[in-house]
Order: sequence, then C-alpha cells, then structure tokens
Amino acid sequence: MNAIATPQAPPQPPSHEPSYLAVENTVRSWLLTTDHKRIGILYMISITLFFLVGGAAATLMRLNLLTPQGALVTSTTYNKLFTIHGVIMVWFFLIPSVPTVIGNFVLPMMLGARDVAFPRLNLASWYLFIGGGAFALWAIIAGGVDTGWTFYTPYSSTYANGHVIAMATGIFIAGFGSIATGLNFIVTVHKMRAPGLTWHRLPLFVWSMYSTSVILVLATPVLAITLVLMALERAFGIGIFDPAIGGDPLLFQHLFWFYSHPAVYIMILPGMGVVSEIIACFSRKAVFGYYFVAYSSVAIAVLGFVVWGHHMFVSSQSIYAGMVFSILSFLVSIPSAIKVFNWTATLYRGSIWFQTPFLYVLGFIGLFTIGGLTGLFLAALAVDVHLTDTYFVIAHFHYIMVGGMVMAYLGGLHYWWPKISGRMYPELLAKLSALFIFAGFNLTFFPQFILGYLGMPRRYHAYAPEFQVLNVLSTAGASILAIGYFLPLAYFLWSLRYGKVAGPNPWQATGLEWTTESPPPEHNFTVVPIVTEPPYAYDPVAAEEALAAKREQREPAYVR
Amino acid sequence: MSAESPVAHQFEDAAQQREAATLGMWVFLATEVLFFGAMFLGYTVYRLKYPEVFRMASEHTIIVIGTINTGILLLSSFTMVLAVRAAEFKRRMALIAFLSVTALFGIAFLVLKGFEYAHEINEGLFPGSHFQFTEADPYTARMFFYLYFLMTGVHALHVTIGVIMLVIFALRAMLTLKLERLSTAVDLLGLYWHFVDIVWVFLFPLIYLVDRHS
Amino acid sequence: MTALLAVWFLPERASDIAREVDALFYGLLVLCGIIAIGVCAAVIVFCLRYRQGSNATRQAEQKTIPLEITWSAIPLVIFIALFIWAGAVYFHMSKPPDNATEIHVVGKQWMWKIQHPTGRREINEIHLLINQPVKLLMTSQDVIHDVFVPAFRTKQDVLPGRYTIEWFTPIKTGDYHLFCAEYCGDGHSRMGGWVHVMAPDAYAKWLADTSTTESVVAAGARLFQARGCAGCHGPNATVHAPPLNGIFGHPVALSTGKTVIADEQYIHDSILQPKKDIVAGYPDNLMPTYQGQLGEEEVMELIGYIKALGSTSGGVP
Repeated sequence: MNAIATPQAPPQPPSHEPSYLAVENTVRSWLLTTDHKRIGILYMISITLFFLVGGAAATLMRLNLLTPQGALVTSTTYNKLFTIHGVIMVWFFLIPSVPTVIGNFVLPMMLGARDVAFPRLNLASWYLFIGGGAFALWAIIAGGVDTGWTFYTPYSSTYANGHVIAMATGIFIAGFGSIATGLNFIVTVHKMRAPGLTWHRLPLFVWSMYSTSVILVLATPVLAITLVLMALERAFGIGIFDPAIGGDPLLFQHLFWFYSHPAVYIMILPGMGVVSEIIACFSRKAVFGYYFVAYSSVAIAVLGFVVWGHHMFVSSQSIYAGMVFSILSFLVSIPSAIKVFNWTATLYRGSIWFQTPFLYVLGFIGLFTIGGLTGLFLAALAVDVHLTDTYFVIAHFHYIMVGGMVMAYLGGLHYWWPKISGRMYPELLAKLSALFIFAGFNLTFFPQFILGYLGMPRRYHAYAPEFQVLNVLSTAGASILAIGYFLPLAYFLWSLRYGKVAGPNPWQATGLEWTTESPPPEHNFTVVPIVTEPPYAYDPVAAEEALAAKREQREPAYVR
Repeated sequence: MSAESPVAHQFEDAAQQREAATLGMWVFLATEVLFFGAMFLGYTVYRLKYPEVFRMASEHTIIVIGTINTGILLLSSFTMVLAVRAAEFKRRMALIAFLSVTALFGIAFLVLKGFEYAHEINEGLFPGSHFQFTEADPYTARMFFYLYFLMTGVHALHVTIGVIMLVIFALRAMLTLKLERLSTAVDLLGLYWHFVDIVWVFLFPLIYLVDRHS
Repeated sequence: MTALLAVWFLPERASDIAREVDALFYGLLVLCGIIAIGVCAAVIVFCLRYRQGSNATRQAEQKTIPLEITWSAIPLVIFIALFIWAGAVYFHMSKPPDNATEIHVVGKQWMWKIQHPTGRREINEIHLLINQPVKLLMTSQDVIHDVFVPAFRTKQDVLPGRYTIEWFTPIKTGDYHLFCAEYCGDGHSRMGGWVHVMAPDAYAKWLADTSTTESVVAAGARLFQARGCAGCHGPNATVHAPPLNGIFGHPVALSTGKTVIADEQYIHDSILQPKKDIVAGYPDNLMPTYQGQLGEEEVMELIGYIKALGSTSGGVP
C-alpha cells in the first residue's frame, strides 16, 4: 500500500504500560496529577461547565430581546446577564479553550516531549483558574455585577452596584493561571523539542500556541494591575481614573484595551493553529506556504499589541491617534488574510476527505472570513464612528470568536478525540451537529450586522420597535445553535463507552502525537522520537491510489 | 526548582533542565516588567499632567532614605552575585554567608522604607481619610501619594518575597548534602533579585529626583 | 419591496455626513463582498473538484512565493486606499464649521439635558433647523455616556470632567432616534429620545412657543454677577485677577512657563479646579474653587458668557 502520509517519526513500539487514563483512577490521582494530558482533561471539564453558565446567560438575554420592551427580565437583571456572559465566556471559556485543553493535551506530544517543562506549575495554573472561577461564580451568585466585561471607569469604580471587586479578583487570579500556562508553553517549545525537530519542522499549531503564549505573558500582567487600580479606586475612593478626583477615565480604557485587544488574538490564534493541522490532514496535502502561515502568527502577535486604540475612536482620543490606530488595524488584518488564502490554496489539488473535523474547518474559514472582513469596517474610521457600540460590533466579534474560535475548538476536539479517549465519535451525528451549529450561528448573528447598521446600540435591555423582526430571527437562530452545542456534549460522553476503538492513527496523520498509542501512555512515548521529516508530509496522489486500490478489493462485494 | 531526583522525568538531562528553568525565570521577569510598566505608565501620565503638584508632593518624600536605600540595594546585588558564584563553585560557607548578607541588606532596605512610610503617614500623607495637603490641590497631591505608596508597596512586597527566599535558600544550603542541586535555584533567585533592584533603580529617580529643587 | 429594504437595510439618512459615510460603507460592502464570495467560491469549488475519488489531477507541491506576494501586496494597497478614504471622511467629521449653532448637552444617569443658545432647555429631545450646522458641546455629570443619532451617522462619547464635540448638518426633516451608546448603568437603554429636524416655518413656530427664557449669554451674565465672579474679574474689580475680555480662543501664558489656548476645557477647569493652571503673574490662592457649587450646565452658561465677552468688547483692556 502506498504511504499517503509520512509521519515525522516512525511509529512507537508498543508500550506495555497502561494508558494515561488507566494509570490510577482515584479522585486524588486526578486532582494532584502533573500529567499534561490529565490537566488538559481537567480544563476540558471545567471550561465546559463555564460554557454552560455563559450560554445560559446568553439564552436568557436572547429570550428577553424577543420583544422591544424586554420580554423576560428587568434592566438590572439584563445588565448582569450580559456581564456574566462576557466575563465567563472571555476569561473562563475562550481564552483557556484551545490553549489549555488541546494545547495542554497535544502540544508536548507534538514536540515529542514527555510533559511540559514545568508540570507542577501546569497543575498550579489549573488551580488558579478554578480559584478565579470560584470568585467569579461567587460574585454572580451573591448578586451579580452590572459593569459589562469591560469594567469602564468611572462607572465600575464609583457608580456600579454589585460585587465588582469580587469579579475583578476572580479575573485577576485566573489571569495568573493564564500567565503560568503561557510561560510553560514558551519554555516547553524552546527547550523540550525532540531531536531533529527544528523550528521549521514544528507543526503550525505549535507556532500559533507559541505566539499566543507570548501574548498571554506580556499582556495579562497589564490587565492584572489595571483591575487592581480599578478595585482600589472602588474600595477606597482613591485612584487615577475618576475625573471627580482628578483622574482620567480614558487611561483605564487605554490600559484595558492594551490587554484586551491582544487578548482577542489569544482568542483566535490557537484556533488558526487547529485549522492548519486539520486542513492539511483532510486534504492530504501540506499546508500551502508553511513559512507564511507560521510567521503570520508571529506577526499577528506583535502587531496585535499596537492596535488597541481602535476601540476608542469615539472616546475623545485625538484624531491623529485615531488615524495611527486605524492604519495599524488595517495592517494587522493582512497576516490573517494571508492565512485564509493559504488555507484555501491548500485545498487546491488535494484529496479531500469530508470528516467532521474538516466540516468545522470549512465553517471556520467561511465565518472567520466574514468576521475578519467586517473588522475592516470597524478599522475604517468614519464608518466605525457609526458602527461602534452597536450590534454590528457584537456580530463582528462573535463571528471571530464563536464562528472562529469555538468552531476551531470543536473541530480540534473531534480531530483529537480519538487520541484523547481512544474512541471514535459517531460520525453521522457529529456531521449533523456541525451543520446545526453552522446554520444556527449564521441565523443568530447575521441579523445583528444589519441591526448594527440600522443603529441598535449594544447592551440595550429594551429597543425601538422597528428592530424587532431582526431580533426575533436572531433568537430563533440561537435556539438552533443551542441544540447544535448539546449534541457533541451527549455523543462525546456516549463514545467514551460505546465508540469504536480508534487505534493510534485513525486519520493517517503525520504529527508526532499520532505515532503513539491512543490513548497515550503516561509518558507519551516509549522511546524518544527522532524527527526526520518536515510536518505535513502528505501525498494526495498516493492517497487517491490507495483509495482506488481499496475500492478494487471491495468491488466484488458490491457487484454481488 | 527543588527536584528530589537530580533530573525531573520530563527532561533528558540536567543541562536541559537548567536551561528550561533559566528561560522560565526570564519569561516570568518579562511578565513582571509589564506588571510594573503599567504602573509606571500611569505615574508618568499624571506626572506630565500635573507637573507642579507632583513636584511639590514629591518633595515630601525623604530623599536621604531613598538614596541610602538605593545604595543598599546596589550593594545587595553585588553580594547576590557573590552568592551565585559561591554556589557555582560549591563553597558552602561562602554561599551561606553571602545569601545571609544579601537578606540582611534586603531587611535593612525594608526597615528604612518602613521609617519613611511611618514619617509620611504621620504627616498625613497616606492617601486615606486622614490625608491632608495644604500647599497645592489636595486631590492631585493625593494621587501622587496613592501612586507612590502603590508602586513602592508592590516593590517592597517583591523585596519581602526575595528576603524570604534568601533565608530559605540559606537554610537549605546549611542542611542539604549536595550543593549542586541548589546551584540553578540560586542562579534564578539571583535573576529575580537583580530584577527587583532594577525596578528600584527606575522608581528612585521617578519619585525622588525628577524636578526636585530642595 | 423598497419599503421593506428601507426598514431592513437602509437607515434614514438625515445629515450631510451620512451620505459620505454610506458611500464608504457600501464601498467596503462591495469590496468585502467580492473577497468573501471569492474565498467561499474557491473553497466550495476546490472541495467539490478535489473530493476523494474524483477524477481531478492531484499534486503535492506547488510554487508558493509568487502567490504569497500577490495576495499580500494587493490587500495592502487596497487597505491603504481604504484607510485614506475613511480617514478623510473622519477628518471632515471632526472639524465643525465656524457658523455652527452651539447647543449645550449635559448627560446624566439617565437623561440628556439640552440647552439652546436662546436659553431654551429640553430634556431628551433636540429641535433642530434644517440645513443649519449644529455643534454639540457635551459633558457628563457622572459616568461616560455617548450621543448617537443613527440617522446622522455620528457618535461621540460624553465624558465627565471633559468637553467633547459632535457636529452635523441635518438635511432632512423628520424625527430621528437619539440613543446613548456607551453603557452607563441600569437605565442605559432608556437614556434616549428624539431629534426633530424641522423646516424653517415649523422651527420658527417652535421657537415662538417658547415661554420667555433668558439666553445662554444672559444667564451666564447673571451667574457672573450672582456667584461673585464679577467682584474680581469685572471691570470695576479691585482684586488683582486676570481680565476675561477677549480671552476666549486666545493663548494664555501660565506660571509654569507654558502657554495654553483658552478653550472651553480650560475655562471649565479654571472654574472648578482653579489651582490646576495659574496665569503667569497672578498668585495661586486667589481664586476659590466652584467644584460642587456650580453644576455642569451653569458652567456652560458662564463659558457662553465669557465667549460673548470676547466677541463684543474686542481687544483686551
């Protein structure tokens, strides 16, 4: 049989150790584990729970917006709901999603390493995440916070009701978890690569995780200190943001967006890495323009630090600052565009195998393209003046973060699920859910672009009657989306017990993680892999020949 | 840092472990730079916005203590370097001595800083409910002292953590049989300690020296 | 059908700048539409043509560099062009014309307080004369708000302790939504009202309805006397305080050696935080602060009066 893919290293000899899942199965062994794979699973379970909390808030918001007067809740409750939704989804789902679940699980394996560089720090980062999450949940249960996830001063520091400080503390603590993860990944990528695995033989997922980690390490501390300053100002009435005491509220916005714009790239770069892996595997072809895709991740990480001011075009920063941030924002879109073009070109003359992970990637490319292009509208100064703080912005960043990152996260989960669990998920049901998610997503968020252009401001509990039709459409879409999200939750659990046994490499993929068993043994590899190949040594011609040969073998059966 | 076996399971050899730990510390310090950087930025913004009041307020800090403290920290960096060398050459007594001296310098710094804080609090310069400042706009002056206490306080917290680590390491140097296990860790502590010094080297002119006339 | 389109896709266009913004918007829409459809079409065509088992030619390796350069350079050129276009419109948006009527706007949780130059006050409603440029001088009493009139395509944050400006020329009569677009707490979604753009005769009628109120300048003059400003800054003052005639819009030398232009912000801060900037040659403890004693609306009236001093009495004594 022709080799349709040449792995980066020869397959591992069979290991006689139990898999990482079977090593020991006490609660204690899970809570005190330093195994990157188990920590990945811990994160998976925790962010799924947070996703349900954030999703419940979104559901209530969408139901409330069915009628112009607000159908369900009071304005106070509504304001708390969107704050919960924003805080939980950004810091407790999206930022950790791909990095801490898929990154923790596969990054060390992609490098041929037995673990990350600092396994105990890795576990500590999960505890920080959970500790921060506990504060945030406490703030929600104790009465909520109504500042929005942006915590703008002087509203948050002086006027807001609720447990702002507890919420900020939660984010502060979870932030240190992010920093620890970023630090761990940077050192792991630098120092833990298998022999022969040069930088330019790294899978593109590693490049994107590396860029993400740099952002995590350099941006998160700024958020931490900004939240401290805000909380001190709220607690003691002394500070530097409230104009009533001589401060400047814009300084808060500058500091906040200095973190939060790069954080947007934390919420998409890892997804781009997942897409590169999956698209190569399922088109049986090396990613087109490896160097461009790899270095565009780095370019995004660097440029991402200098565009924060585009959130503030109407906040009374000087028009010249606006001009500078506008041109930089146009520039940062070029590396993203390069990625999309390269992925598209990867399909050309490939041998495309339609499996669920690939469907998610197709969804990603379409939705991310729309999300990215609508970003140009918001970078264009005069148009942004009209569109900022309207539903156009909401639609734009949901196309990137839900249409992009969540699609990539789900695609990645399906792709690596056989490695994680050793089992296959039910393919037909998975395809169906991908379809539901894609359709539901578009129906939810596309109307919001129009709402935004028509002028419906964001964070409105009640709205003018002419916006109702589009809001009802959006809510209808959200209900389809919700079904789409529950399906994977159900069938992944089902597959743990009843799924087909996957084998080490069900996709015939090239990465080092596929050379070891599924699920992998505790230390991943029985012998240290020695890398002899670049990544993505797929051969579409051989893939077709192998397929034809297989068909010929089977032919008589069909004839009969 | 405190592996029981010389090389942790995820590493191939001691050299890889050492390199990883060192890089990890550098990345951590990069995070710290941004952490302090945000506060320095806030301070600079208001220093430029209210130059007069900030000048008047800064004259209430005690420059003598600030200067002595700068000297102390610079000396402590020197003794830290000697401690790192002692660890490298496995000279136990020298290592214990230099770690202790560095810790003492750190404590001296904190004590002097404490005196300065006490003086400022007595003058009613702590930005709480008893704050009073008559020479210029009290709101703006209070902002100076808020930033002053915040930045020097966070820095003092870093010094305190450093001192605790120095003491722990000195004790470990007394108790452990194999000094080579400590060498990397002392090296990293040295990086941290120098970083804390450098932060002060920026804080000192920003707070005590800029525009000062008296 | 057109009516449906108008409701769904085309918000009312009632200011001169709206035309420029819409042109830019539709330009972007066409361009981005072409790119999006192009990418999606390519993806779909490739997916169908190169699906497993199809008769297409496969190839593992391709030349990348020429393509990479093409698809990096073309967007770069287009983006720079877009930036220039959008920047030009933005620049136009940021510079109010000299003949604009100045209307004072104070935002507070959760209402807009409006004052016309005639002194007439409104809450959550602004009556405007068609084709007359309007400049809003805005500030907030508490948190950050934002004046957003979708039909005018303009939006500007309204900050506490700071003046911001928004201007437009209404070109179509009608009633348009006024929204607060910066989240400001509980009543955020209720903090809005209507902008009424009126034809000259209707506007004249509206003006005539006005029960007699004093103009902004007159109100400022009254405050100037009543709050004791005149005691030091007036023509017969014995106290050594800076004269205010003709000061507005002109440079003022400060005790720090710097020079500032006496704009709205400067006068606002000099009234509320007099110790912030001291005019060169004057003691720094002369002026008492009016923080907490004058509301933002009153400060705006005083500014209106001081501006008028500049225009009526000409040169500085």
